[in-house]
Amino acid sequence: MNDMARLQKQRLALYGWMLVAPALALMSLFAFYPAIATLWHSLFTRGTTRRPSVFAGIENYNDLFADPTFWIVVWNNLIYAGITIPVSIIFALAMALWANAHIPARSFVRSAYFTPTILPMIAAANLWLFFYTPDLGVIDQITGFFGASPTNWLGQPETALASVIMVTIWKEAGFFMIFYLAALQTIPPDLREAARIEGAGRWTYTRRVLLPLLMPTTIFVFVNAMINSVKLIDHLFILTKGGPNNASKLILYWIWEMAFAYFDSPHAAAMTILVLLTLGLVAVIQFRLVEKRTHYR
Amino acid sequence: MTAQTPFIQIKSVSRVFNGGNGVHDLSIDIPRGSFVVLLGPSGCGKSTTLRLIAGLETADQGMIAIDGKDVTNVPPSKRGLSMVFQSYALFPHLSVAENIIFGLKVRKTSKDEIKTRLTEALNVTGLQGYEERKPAELSGGQRQRVALARAIVAGHPLCLMDEPLSNLDAKLRHSVRKDIRDLQQRLGITVVYVTHDQTEAMSMADIVILMKDGRIEQAGHPADLYLKPATAFAAGFVGSPPMALMPASALPREVVPAGLDVSRLTFGIRPEDLALTTDTTTKAWGITATVNGSEFLGAETFISVAIPGTEGATARLPGRVHIAPGTQVSLSWAGAAAHWFDGEDGRRLAPTTSRQSAREPNTSIETDTAIPSL
Repeated sequence: MNDMARLQKQRLALYGWMLVAPALALMSLFAFYPAIATLWHSLFTRGTTRRPSVFAGIENYNDLFADPTFWIVVWNNLIYAGITIPVSIIFALAMALWANAHIPARSFVRSAYFTPTILPMIAAANLWLFFYTPDLGVIDQITGFFGASPTNWLGQPETALASVIMVTIWKEAGFFMIFYLAALQTIPPDLREAARIEGAGRWTYTRRVLLPLLMPTTIFVFVNAMINSVKLIDHLFILTKGGPNNASKLILYWIWEMAFAYFDSPHAAAMTILVLLTLGLVAVIQFRLVEKRTHYR
Repeated sequence: MTAQTPFIQIKSVSRVFNGGNGVHDLSIDIPRGSFVVLLGPSGCGKSTTLRLIAGLETADQGMIAIDGKDVTNVPPSKRGLSMVFQSYALFPHLSVAENIIFGLKVRKTSKDEIKTRLTEALNVTGLQGYEERKPAELSGGQRQRVALARAIVAGHPLCLMDEPLSNLDAKLRHSVRKDIRDLQQRLGITVVYVTHDQTEAMSMADIVILMKDGRIEQAGHPADLYLKPATAFAAGFVGSPPMALMPASALPREVVPAGLDVSRLTFGIRPEDLALTTDTTTKAWGITATVNGSEFLGAETFISVAIPGTEGATARLPGRVHIAPGTQVSLSWAGAAAHWFDGEDGRRLAPTTSRQSAREPNTSIETDTAIPSL
């Protein structure tokens, strides 16, 4: 081979490595190493000064599966994800469609929808804490107007999780709307006119043209929403602290509790590994299944 | 064209946008089975007119009827027409076949019929073998044919086309032009076609409707527009290179027909009607001009000349002619080839002592023989 050509190839390869190097270094330090360390840590018993930590195999995992709280928390999180993901996506899409239409005060509508996203989750939770206050809060004021008796939304097991879900949807839908709004603006208006001439009504157009073209955005939003359903727990600290009686406890909150309230880091590590595995698995399935049926431009 | 009831009838339609663009008090009759081209510069209202016919815009005033039915307030899908968009507006996530049958599916046509019609449309447009491709996997010309196939598959008697060739390269444009024309004649459909390219209009149309500022400037057979432009604008817009237009005051007195007021008169002459000679001594009359460039195109040569007091002119000479820039030449023409327009409103003026027989096709031949060319 030509020496010059080989040299150029080598140089390109070197450039490539130089470009990934910073990200690779940071990722290794703050993501890959901690993940492996966590896995390692989850295989040992909790060490105290009198009983040093020893290798325990999958003991910690067995403990978790035997713990009834584990099943409650997993179930809670499934419900939490199962409701927040689809509902916030549907809201986001509906809001985007509306905010993209030619309506008066369009920019006001857009910024109004986006406001919850700008607020820190802690602030939002405090706001909602006030809304949920029995008797005095906005919600009870409204229901009270129709004659309902005051409800302790956050304080009773039946409504605690639902109340937390509500806050999450309120917080997330506006954020996802931005992605849909951006995607909608890339769809040429010609397509709608062509569909109109071909006899497609609003619903047919949405179903057969708009939604398929928004599919890449939907996948992106879906993956984000899924990660958030595990990741986003800030409001639990303010609203319910996982209570009452674990009714609104989510996986990450439970992990935090184990690790930093009960100082049981091996079990927390084991739980973390389970979460990582599940998320990874779901992501793979998602991309395999949905990718094939998605049109990327 | 008024012998039978027109297929499309537009009666004093206005549609004005913020900013004044749009169409004003427009009336057009389009006969069944004709190929009508709406021609004009950008912003002249030709696309608006098309969109009004399509129903994508609603008329502020006036009436639109298609096939004898008042469709002024009827939605596009109920007007029995199809449309080819400038961007083709193909659905990027659907295959060629799905794109073509989109409308049939929406209208719940039976499976068998969809199949026959699809096959037919694919055959007519030569798209067999591309059924499963996505638009992104097609060339510009193929996409254009998919858009055409989608327009003809439903068998609507009216097809609207909004600058369908503007995204194609020059060579393809020429062949597709012919294809579209053939297709229209074979299917016997009425086509309303919007373009700003006068070559397209001249080569395809049965009727050209030249528009300017939301009004019709001239409507008629391409030959009418070319040979007898109704206004100075029409004269300058149709034909390539365009007709030279200059104030009559720049001409020798004896050239101007009697009865026309030289002070407010515009003279126009087609490039092919201009004869040009370097021999400035022998001719009795002629305008002196300076050659400032030439374009050799193979079969002909365009010589552009500067005439004092005007914007210049172009002469179209057959074969290869070489004249060095800066050469003094004398320009002349047969009297019948001259066009006269009102200097203020641009209206065509017929000189009283008219020798003009502009519609006869041999006009240009006379011109060629009348004055010795180079």
